[in-house]
Amino acid sequence: MSDVVLQTEAISKSFGALKACDEISLDVKRGEVHALIGPNGAGKTTLIGQITGEIAPDRGRINFEGRDITALATAERARLGLARSFQITSIFPSFTAEGNVALAVQATGRHSFRFWARADRLERLRAPARQLLRELGLGARSHAVAAGMAHGEHRQLEIAMALATEPSMLLLDEPMAGLGNEESQAMVALLARLKGRYSILLIEHDMDVVFTLADRISVLVQGRVIASGTAEEIRNDPLVRVAYLGEDDEFGDEHAQG
Amino acid sequence: MTLALFIEQLFNGVQFGLMLFLMAVGVTLVFGIMRVINLAHGSLFMVGGYLLVESYRVIGSYWLALPVAIVGVIIVGAVMEVLVLRPLYGRGHLDQVLATFGLTMFFNEAVVVIWGRVPLNLNIPAGLDGHFEIFPGVNYPVYRLAITAAGLICGGLLYFIIVHTRLGALIRAGSDKREIVEALGVNIGLLYTAVFALGAAFAGLAGMLTGPLLSVESGMGDPILILTLVVIVIGGSGSIRGALAGSLILGIFDTFSRVMLPRIVGLTAGSALVGMADYVLMATVLIYSRTGLFSAHRG
Amino acid sequence: MGRLSRRTALHLAFLAIALAVPLLHDTYYTRFATQIAMYGMAAVSVDLLLGYAGLVTFGQAAFFGVGAYAAGMLTVAGFHEALVVWPLAMLAAVAFALVIGALSMRTEGFHFIMVTLAFAQMVYYIGESLRSYGGDNGFSLPRRNTLAGMSLADHTVFYYVVLALLVLVLYLASRLVGSEFGMVIRGRRDNERRLAAIGFPPFRYKYAAFVIGAAIAGLAGALMANHARFVSPAILSWQVSGQLLSMVILGSAGTLIGPVFGAAVYLVFQQVLSDYTDHWMIFFGPLLIARVLFVKEGVWGLLVQALKAQERPAAPVPAPDQGAAQ
Repeated sequence: MSDVVLQTEAISKSFGALKACDEISLDVKRGEVHALIGPNGAGKTTLIGQITGEIAPDRGRINFEGRDITALATAERARLGLARSFQITSIFPSFTAEGNVALAVQATGRHSFRFWARADRLERLRAPARQLLRELGLGARSHAVAAGMAHGEHRQLEIAMALATEPSMLLLDEPMAGLGNEESQAMVALLARLKGRYSILLIEHDMDVVFTLADRISVLVQGRVIASGTAEEIRNDPLVRVAYLGEDDEFGDEHAQG
Repeated sequence: MTLALFIEQLFNGVQFGLMLFLMAVGVTLVFGIMRVINLAHGSLFMVGGYLLVESYRVIGSYWLALPVAIVGVIIVGAVMEVLVLRPLYGRGHLDQVLATFGLTMFFNEAVVVIWGRVPLNLNIPAGLDGHFEIFPGVNYPVYRLAITAAGLICGGLLYFIIVHTRLGALIRAGSDKREIVEALGVNIGLLYTAVFALGAAFAGLAGMLTGPLLSVESGMGDPILILTLVVIVIGGSGSIRGALAGSLILGIFDTFSRVMLPRIVGLTAGSALVGMADYVLMATVLIYSRTGLFSAHRG
Repeated sequence: MGRLSRRTALHLAFLAIALAVPLLHDTYYTRFATQIAMYGMAAVSVDLLLGYAGLVTFGQAAFFGVGAYAAGMLTVAGFHEALVVWPLAMLAAVAFALVIGALSMRTEGFHFIMVTLAFAQMVYYIGESLRSYGGDNGFSLPRRNTLAGMSLADHTVFYYVVLALLVLVLYLASRLVGSEFGMVIRGRRDNERRLAAIGFPPFRYKYAAFVIGAAIAGLAGALMANHARFVSPAILSWQVSGQLLSMVILGSAGTLIGPVFGAAVYLVFQQVLSDYTDHWMIFFGPLLIARVLFVKEGVWGLLVQALKAQERPAAPVPAPDQGAAQ
């Protein structure tokens, strides 16, 4: 098994005159948490879209587990082990929590052209789903209809679904988005548990979380990676400080406290 | 095929295409800006024809009856928009499709209630009923030239509105960013009604102009509506340019295939193929591009 | 469990009513009920696509009509056994769906509706152009098909056959929507993007659902041809596609049995209104509009709600994976 799980080679994408991604090359090593930070509009969403296969890059290649996946459709990439959670909750609202995760478990099968047996009674789907929900603290909410669940629970469900597909890599798009204090702490604890078990590309705005969890941090500004390194290196990088000046007081404080 | 026949059919194709364009404008604007599918657009085509017949009967002069009928269609369109379409903004496709389908049912029967089931005759106005030699050996009906000209004028008018007026700027802006338009203090409801009315006017006009060539009867707008949708699939939705391209392509293709196919494969097979031809064209474009040739946006 | 058995009781009650219709000893009612059953079956096929897969198709009349035409043409050609003709009619519908589906599935939303409508219109024009089958006027079948040698000429016998097939279709469809395949297409309806993100390529599942729906519609069409012993291009018109969609929404989409009720409501209304006036459509249009704009539920949905109101008020709407297939 190679050291590098995901690698983008000079990925570029323009929308008309707007260069959303400009020759982005980054990689995620096995077992590491690689955080991607940057101001809004920096091109993170476009980058994610290209990695997951929803957007086709103008130029460049994407390699996953040694394979060139640039031409593969989203579903095929997922089946290879690339799972994601969405920044804006994207679940199956009419299904229960257990149903959501069970469907993700179902996706690991070769195909779903089975027309007879009742899926809601298949233990090979429901048992892993219940297990995952328990691990994430949603055990009691198995039978809640997803549409009626709280935002924090949705974020957990997102992670559960990503984990259910037995991926080797997780692409987590702002998992902390919209979470309150308690929920944030629970999410950080969860992510810490995942660290090491999966290779993670983490997109986040919350600097605390990033510095706590990340092995490596890359900074994306205006479509380019302007810096990449450990938390300490990033904190001291003058380019990064310039880019973030005024953007994030928290970051400034962090630096002042050394 | 002789050159004369070719020229004649080419003119027919362009004329048909321009009539389709008048229809397509309304549908694509309404979809592009208000995100509503209006299957009742064909009813506006039909109502246009009927209103012209009626106002001509009352007024006696074609040239006076025409603007009166256009105003009539605009009123019908505005009422349609306020009563039925407005509640549909933001609703799912199914709701829109069913409600506008219901409208079509209503209008198809309403014209029968008012004017009876017998198809009405719309005569070509005096002065336009002659022929003109557009090409040696081609005596082309003046009326068809006239409605082609009308179509071109409408196209020009539309271009002017879209590019050079405030309404046009709002239309272009509204199709992408409703919130911005609202923030500018524009009454979005009024804008939508205006756009709808414009589309209705064009559709009604198409019905009035085409009336003498078809017969004015219940359901006359339905096949036209479906062809209009084909135009939009071919040309791409949300784009006037796409509507024009799609209309002309389909208009010319349809006209020529009707003439050529029976000649090539014989009468029996020919008539079946003629029915299929437009849709095979649509299928071909679909294979090439999911969203049509000039789509302004996807899906 | 209490809720489930009440609903099953409701099903059985209506089945009993359906079975009892011929006891009225008036073939008019039997024939009318047969019509409801056949349109109901076609509406179920639309619901499978609409209520479960989330595909709004305005072109189901194409498969309904292809089934009718195939059955009619085979019968005229001398094939009289239903066990041969009806599956072949379904196969014909499937063949059309394979082609139309492959092209239509490339589109989404608005475009999908337009494209299905357009292709259905194409099939209509093909039907119209069939000179040797009456063209615009259609053609008659010399007699109804026989089922394993048994004659179906008697209206009561034919009705029970149609009813049995409808029940079978409903049962198979309910198993389908509760199965793993069913979960995928329901997931597609909820969130196709998410479906792809967890590893289901959406196209093949949508496509399969489309083809299965066409097969059911084709069977309904074959039955129609037998019922009236007549087939004409009218069955291929876009108005029929619209009718089927209306039946689904009148009855409650996403319930499978709702559309059958919707078919009943639609046809009964049509019958009652046309007794009063030739111009019943002028009322029907606004009625449909009113249903869309003002009423949240179809008939079956309202019935179920009324039933639940008699029980514990807190019973929630069952999710797809809570055995809602019934």
